[in-house]
Amino acid sequence: MHTHAPARGFYWLEGLQHAGALNRGRGRQFYLGGSMSTDREEREEFTGYSRRGFMQFIGVSAGVVGTTLLSQPLLRDLQAAQGVSVMSDASATRILLRVNSRQYDLLVEPRWSLLYVLREIIGLAGTKIGCDRGECGACTVLIDDIPRYSCMTLAVEAENAEITTVEGLMKGEELGDVQSAFVEEDAFQCGYCTSGQIMAVEGMLRKTPSPEPEEIQKGCSGNLCRCGAYQNIFAAAEKASRHKK
Amino acid sequence: MAGNDTIYYREGLPVPETPGADADPEQWKKTDVVGKPLPRVDGYERVSGTAQYPSDIVLPGMLYAAILRCPHPHARVLSVDTAKAEKMEGVRAVLSGSSEEANGIQWKYNDQTVPLFDPHCRFEGEAVAAVAADSWYQASDAIRSIAVEYEVLPFVVDHEKALQNDAAKVGGEDNLISEDTYSRGNTNRGFADAHMVFERNYTTSCELHTPLELHGCVASWDRDRLTVWESSQGVYGVQSRIAEALGIPLSKIRVANHYMGGGFGSKLWPGKYTLISVLLAKISARPVKMLLSREETYLCVGNRPASSMQLKAGVKKDGTITALEFGCTGPSGAYPAGGAQLVDWLIRDLYLCDNVSTSSKDVLINAGPARPFRAPGHPQGAWALEQMIDEMAVNIGMDPLEFRLRNIPEASQARGGKPYTKTGLRQCLEKGAEEFGWKQSLQRVREFNENHNHTRRGIGLGSCLWIAGDGGPPSTVIIKLYRDGSINLNMGASDIGTGTKTVMAQVAAEELGVQPSVIQIEYADTATTQFATPSGGSKTVPTEAPTVRSAAIALKRELLKMAAEELEADVTDLVYQGEWISIRGKGEKLKVAEIKGLQKRGEVIGVGYRGPNIDDKVINPFAAQFCEIEVNMRTGEVKILRFLGAHDSGRVLNRATYDSQVYGGIVMGIGFAFTEFRKLDSRQTGKLCNKNWHDYKLPTAMDVPLQTVSLPIEIDDPEANNTGAKGLGEPVTIPTAPALANALYMATGIRFTRAPVMPMDIIHQLSTQHEG
Repeated sequence: MHTHAPARGFYWLEGLQHAGALNRGRGRQFYLGGSMSTDREEREEFTGYSRRGFMQFIGVSAGVVGTTLLSQPLLRDLQAAQGVSVMSDASATRILLRVNSRQYDLLVEPRWSLLYVLREIIGLAGTKIGCDRGECGACTVLIDDIPRYSCMTLAVEAENAEITTVEGLMKGEELGDVQSAFVEEDAFQCGYCTSGQIMAVEGMLRKTPSPEPEEIQKGCSGNLCRCGAYQNIFAAAEKASRHKK
Repeated sequence: MAGNDTIYYREGLPVPETPGADADPEQWKKTDVVGKPLPRVDGYERVSGTAQYPSDIVLPGMLYAAILRCPHPHARVLSVDTAKAEKMEGVRAVLSGSSEEANGIQWKYNDQTVPLFDPHCRFEGEAVAAVAADSWYQASDAIRSIAVEYEVLPFVVDHEKALQNDAAKVGGEDNLISEDTYSRGNTNRGFADAHMVFERNYTTSCELHTPLELHGCVASWDRDRLTVWESSQGVYGVQSRIAEALGIPLSKIRVANHYMGGGFGSKLWPGKYTLISVLLAKISARPVKMLLSREETYLCVGNRPASSMQLKAGVKKDGTITALEFGCTGPSGAYPAGGAQLVDWLIRDLYLCDNVSTSSKDVLINAGPARPFRAPGHPQGAWALEQMIDEMAVNIGMDPLEFRLRNIPEASQARGGKPYTKTGLRQCLEKGAEEFGWKQSLQRVREFNENHNHTRRGIGLGSCLWIAGDGGPPSTVIIKLYRDGSINLNMGASDIGTGTKTVMAQVAAEELGVQPSVIQIEYADTATTQFATPSGGSKTVPTEAPTVRSAAIALKRELLKMAAEELEADVTDLVYQGEWISIRGKGEKLKVAEIKGLQKRGEVIGVGYRGPNIDDKVINPFAAQFCEIEVNMRTGEVKILRFLGAHDSGRVLNRATYDSQVYGGIVMGIGFAFTEFRKLDSRQTGKLCNKNWHDYKLPTAMDVPLQTVSLPIEIDDPEANNTGAKGLGEPVTIPTAPALANALYMATGIRFTRAPVMPMDIIHQLSTQHEG
């Protein structure tokens, strides 16, 4: 069988390391809070908001998603606009979510999925939405090291658990082992199922560090890839298991 | 209609023609960068989570939109009451047919123009009203509160029943919207000359694209200037559809889409949802994000139409095909959309045959309109033709490989005998068979089957061409050299996951003699890049790659002119070698990045245009695929043991992304053969029964072979274009399904003519055969 994997260190790998790093941090302005931030840069971003001011923000933002940190003039405009109401305490629940080793203090509706909160509220859009009904696995995250569909998990259910998203596999700007293996093996085309595939493989390898080919196939079977990159995904999983050792 | 190979562009608004490229350069002989398995230039973004797809965008103040859709396959909207929705918490805009903002806004279903909210709903899933609200959840609450009164009308969703006299009428007078015929030679004489004549019916099911990223967009107005981020295969198509519908100048509309999660043809153009988002954003004066639900994408953003086909073939004992007579019926859906388009193309063109006649009926039914789906028409036609070829070969006692090899045309018979620039069909078959071990496998499988009852094995093959894959104008690309020697490549085409950006960086790097890593790419943004047609139809590489090369050559020419001035030499004496320009035969040289003209100007640009294709020849890609399967004779389950795709798509520009296309096309073909079908409740409700991935099954990791081999058949094709590369994305999925069906025949002795073939069909046929 033909293999096309380039050896590491070939010249065409150059430049890969830095590409796209500038995009990092997208959506940060939409966090409701980062009360126990471990990231200095992000902590700085949130200083300047008093606790009281912060609670006012979340009062609005549970109803008005994505407008949390608007400047004051915009916010006034928003509140003046017809149809806006501040959500009552009865219909919103305050939860603490621990995502990628950071704690988020959030006010959510009990029906909001973890997927919705990750993508639209916290701004971690690496976790994708493919079906919102537990069929495709694009939204796979690790909950206490186990791959789970975040569209099938309510945000309120995910309290007291360690949630890891694809962003959480990064070491600063460097890709994690599974992520690198996916690039090296060209284990995707459009890339939309990819973060879910990566999390499924990551979860499998945390449980089974040296999987057999059939175990890899099973480990990936909860994640659909319409581009049909399965063969390279298997190869990437196999390579990542070697990288991790 | 079947002869129309321009389906991937020139729909709707006319597109500009770019000037011709300058004199075509020599083909590259030895390459340093092109052809290498360079990892994707955007691999980091796609695996780190930093790639921003349209569905990921969150803007300050952004609202979420949802559409209320008609639940009936055929109905008339009598009234829409949105009063309750308007008062609901978080709702900021409501739109329906009676809204002032929707007044006069029209949508084009190909050639047919309808109001944006047409009270005559001709398919389940037609848009009736829409809202924008503060949260996704509030938006979906609000559309559920809208009360609509419908007059439910008689429907027809079965395309064969649609042709009966008493069938409900979908649109106008007749459900038959076109009947195209083609003929050459004389089929009656052909059948009279045949030693054997075969006749069979074949059907294929409606297949849905279901890309992983939902269809959708984010729309945002800055007073009269509109920005739309749409999950799309081409930003210019989206821009022109919005401009046309809303009557605003192109310059006021910016459409951008840097990443998109798959389209397969369903995102070649925008949907009603795009216009609705734009209007909701206008009404609410807020950015609006619209993502269709997965269920909606099953209803209203296209499909590969089902087909009913009849094929009659005559053959002589020496393997001469004397006549082919083909008929097919395919449904466009509720509006004309080429329901039977190109289904007959392979019958007309793939194998030598003097006497051919075809007839294609396009039919309206009350279901979502079709959109082009990876190699429109071809997988359906291949399902019939490639099985018939196998059947004829078996019956005249000839190896099906040998039979195909005896019938390879050097010219396109369906285009009046115009020769192909190159056809690699023979090499695909011969080299593919050799690599697959066809002859040895035949023997091995025979022995296996003699010794096994519970399981049986089979090998099968199929071949194909793709009607297009040639690319063509218009395309404009700009390459910019900065004064530090780094490079910006500016093109309008989208990278839909096929590796377009990576390939174009390689082409530019090859021509300029630089590392691909110094090239940064700007793409798929109507405000900042150049016009390009949507990425689809296997046309992106053969359209854009030659244009990129032309731009690089133009840039070099400009730099040589500057260097000649600086070195006080004649430009014809200068040689461009990567970082350096030198005087031929002399030691004197100049570093490109240090050319004074470049330093003074700050940057130098080269503009490339895509020239027209060669007039008197046809440029097509060709392929042959081989597979081995094992059938469980008691359960009907099929295990695909291995696959091989041998593809002639001219020069390979990136071996890694090339192979990924081959693997992916085969997986999609496996779905077409074994798992995928749209199920409409034709008797009682006319509604779609399986609008989700649970009930509509895509091949999963468990369904694909662990061994798929990609074997590129690289043939120099200098007449194709200045890179010698042809399209690949469509041919990879055309012969897959019939190759599997032919393997099934070898394993079971049964011709499975209805796709998809499910385990229960196999069991049913096996038990019938056993009893009979």
